[in-house]
Amino acid sequence: MQNDPFICIDNVTKRFEPDAPPALDAINGEIATGHITGLVGPDGAGKTTLIRLMTGLSRPDEGRVLINGKDATRSHKDLHRMIGYMPQKFGLYEDLTVQENLGIYANLKGLPAADRQAAFDELLEFTDLAQFTGRLAGALSGGMKQKLGLACALLKRPRLLLLDEPSVGVDPISRRELWRMVQALVDETMAVVWSTAYLDEAEHCDHVLLLSEGRLLFAGPPADLTRRVDGRVFLAKPPASKRRAILSRLLSENLARDAIIHGDAIRILTKDETSMVGVTPPPAIVEVTGVLEPVPSRFEDAFVDVLGGGPQGRSLLADAMTIHADDGKPAVEARGLTKRYGDFTAASDISFSIKRGEIFGLLGPNGAGKSTTFKMLCGLLTPSEGEGRVAGFDLRTATADARGRLGYMAQKFALYGELSVAQNLAFFAGVYGLGKKRAQHRIETMLDVFELTQYRKVSAKTLPLGFKQRLALAAALLHEPDVLFLDEPTSGVDPITRREFWSHINALTAQNVAVLVTTHFMEEAEYCDRINLIYRGQTIAEGTPDELRNAIRRPEVEAPTMEDAFIELVRRSDTQEAA
Amino acid sequence: MTRQESLRSVWRIITMARKETLQIVRDPSSILIAFVLPLLLLFMFGFGISLDANTVRIGVVVEDARPDARSLAQSFQASRYFDVTLAFDRRAVEEELVAGRLRGIVVIPSDFTERLRRQNPSAVQIITDGSQPNTAQFVANYARGVYAVWQDKYLRDEGRNPPPSIESQPRFWFNAELTSRYNLVPGSTAVVMTIIGTLLTALVIAREWERGTMEAVLATPISRIELLLSKIAPYFALGMGSLILCAVAAVFIFGVPFRGSVFALGVVAAAFLLPALGQGLLISAVTKNQFVASQLALFTGFLPATLLSGFVFEISSMPELIRVITMFIPARYFVTSLQTLFLAGDTWILLLPAIRNMVAVGVLFLTLTYFATPKRID
Repeated sequence: MQNDPFICIDNVTKRFEPDAPPALDAINGEIATGHITGLVGPDGAGKTTLIRLMTGLSRPDEGRVLINGKDATRSHKDLHRMIGYMPQKFGLYEDLTVQENLGIYANLKGLPAADRQAAFDELLEFTDLAQFTGRLAGALSGGMKQKLGLACALLKRPRLLLLDEPSVGVDPISRRELWRMVQALVDETMAVVWSTAYLDEAEHCDHVLLLSEGRLLFAGPPADLTRRVDGRVFLAKPPASKRRAILSRLLSENLARDAIIHGDAIRILTKDETSMVGVTPPPAIVEVTGVLEPVPSRFEDAFVDVLGGGPQGRSLLADAMTIHADDGKPAVEARGLTKRYGDFTAASDISFSIKRGEIFGLLGPNGAGKSTTFKMLCGLLTPSEGEGRVAGFDLRTATADARGRLGYMAQKFALYGELSVAQNLAFFAGVYGLGKKRAQHRIETMLDVFELTQYRKVSAKTLPLGFKQRLALAAALLHEPDVLFLDEPTSGVDPITRREFWSHINALTAQNVAVLVTTHFMEEAEYCDRINLIYRGQTIAEGTPDELRNAIRRPEVEAPTMEDAFIELVRRSDTQEAA
Repeated sequence: MTRQESLRSVWRIITMARKETLQIVRDPSSILIAFVLPLLLLFMFGFGISLDANTVRIGVVVEDARPDARSLAQSFQASRYFDVTLAFDRRAVEEELVAGRLRGIVVIPSDFTERLRRQNPSAVQIITDGSQPNTAQFVANYARGVYAVWQDKYLRDEGRNPPPSIESQPRFWFNAELTSRYNLVPGSTAVVMTIIGTLLTALVIAREWERGTMEAVLATPISRIELLLSKIAPYFALGMGSLILCAVAAVFIFGVPFRGSVFALGVVAAAFLLPALGQGLLISAVTKNQFVASQLALFTGFLPATLLSGFVFEISSMPELIRVITMFIPARYFVTSLQTLFLAGDTWILLLPAIRNMVAVGVLFLTLTYFATPKRID
């Protein structure tokens, strides 16, 4: 580079607990003006810690962060005059209006009175919030809060814009809009740092710092990383009935570097040596999968490669669960489920059925009615109309029986942090009413299957994220349920843990367990056999991921992603509504 | 600091203070804590709790059937302090005392008339429920009083002079009728202002940490001092507001006399709010969680203000160690000052040292807060 970088991260280490591994371990990196730098990594990678070091709100234990040549911890006032910082949760006063929030940050940043109105007008227009100035920030939707947070951070045009996970909890439409806005902002006078756990976002960045467990795995343009696995990524499209079996075989025979379900295909990353042959797929894999079609590599493929490949072998879970008989009847059935709160209809006439051994996704933006539907199926909410059945039991009359056949894994894992791994399992065994002998046996099996034996006495809150997730799944499976409900099970976890998780779920489907997933996370949608897209309380589309994608295929969108499909289907629903 | 810089600084403080005010006005829970809770507390302390025992239920056992004994029993029945259950056998009322339905028993023994004639000083027996020492004391004293008055009249009627004794004529200055409400209402005003100054302030800053707004604000050019000042100003105003509310309620609803000046009341309250706010800010600086903040505020603010301020329990009768601790409890000085202002007047000789002490504790808390307020997250 011609001149000095705007931000220089110089061998920075940060520890929060003396014994634990550092939150940031000797990080070096540069961030320049004129483009968007992605701070990419799963939860717990150190993204927030690094951003806080850049705001000067936190100081490194070793090394230093230089911003525009000055140490971030020394020149507070100067630094805070030139940064715009949007923390997680957007930093808004929810009991104040949009205009009042803008006013506060304008004053705090010392925006001259003469420029205020012009700045407000410009930002309100830019964020499309002009008609909502009198609304309380707390009453805005997730996407609007995010835009307001951005507007506040942009007041007095900062030289450094720091956005900490701006796209968490925001639906894909708002997410895309935010990207467009930030891309429009960036010029030679501004540096933007955007942290994210979504790997598809990394591809939109001009430059990324890829973090994992406090270490820097890669720094540079994302394409440089992706290029490393060029020619090694293929799609196999076996018949739907054989798909999961073939995936299990690929993994258990350790044939590929990485293999995952991707809609109606299997996405395969081959091992290093095969890339020499160019785009010819390795014969050993072709033998198992049939025809392989080369596809462009993605950032996630490369990330998994850097991390040493996806988990191999087969899930031991298959042996640990009794096979539920397939009586041909649906495992979960929703018929015209409707929930009204006064005038407001949270869910309207939702119907679907889930076969045994099927993974079914409820997909939709926040507030669309996913959780309401989900809660009615768990028996936590009484439907205003319609009925729900789980494993044949009517939820209105046989709630307890239905719940006994159902395993539930909550978002962010509902575990007791202070209890040890074994105590958590013993608790859930008790809740599900397992007898003492069976409980003991099941707990041992689960500890074994999920390789938690060494953590038996460790309290749940200190477990690494991946193990926490295993424990949560183990707890939900203790009583060998027919039906498993998952609420955003893998948002924010690293790709290896996510693969591991889904390989367990695949093993369950082979035992005829039906799985219901609610999510607004597109990558999770790809794992589903079928998807019900919910928007404004109504089903707007149902089908396999490919059917949904094909529904929007047009000449100009050749290979639509799940996100494209989502956005387009929601848009069509909006146009219909308007008409 | 240049002129422009200091202008900006003032502007930042005003901005944050105005924001705080808006939040107070919009948040029903702060209105509840600042205005409804104080009134509730005042009513509770003013009407619900009374340290005067008005009619106490006692038993009077008349074992002597002669006229003098019956006359004494009638005196007890006529007393406005007692609600008398008459009995002729002590066994009839003993159980009632044990069960707590009676607070005491006065026994007029079968040889009462003889004892009276012989001028035996222990003519009657008074049994009280020692598990409630205050009431027991009260019953014993009042029963003795009733007997003394009756005996005095009896001797005069007999044409004899009452036995010469040193007569004390108590006169209670400032609160001639010893109405405890006069003490309790100013005292509870101090408790109310502790709640606003300490509890509310501690909560609002913890809330900013929890909601993530503190992080965004700290990343702007605002300084520690500015941040603290902007939090103090609105809660100072709110505290003064509820002081006015309490004072008006005290005078017009509870009929407590107000003998001091409004000016002195304002000065005293302002001096008290300094340490109360300081304590709230200190709590919120060391904890970033509303639950912990509220617990700390209750245990270090509200409870000491109630128990150790001399409002309910006399400080002079506390153990030495506790008395030393009360020196750091600003409510202690405030309770005394308020009681003085309401019942005695502008007694500056008493108010000035109290003000000085409150300001001193306040400066101590605020200094600690300044050093404890993070300008960083970790």
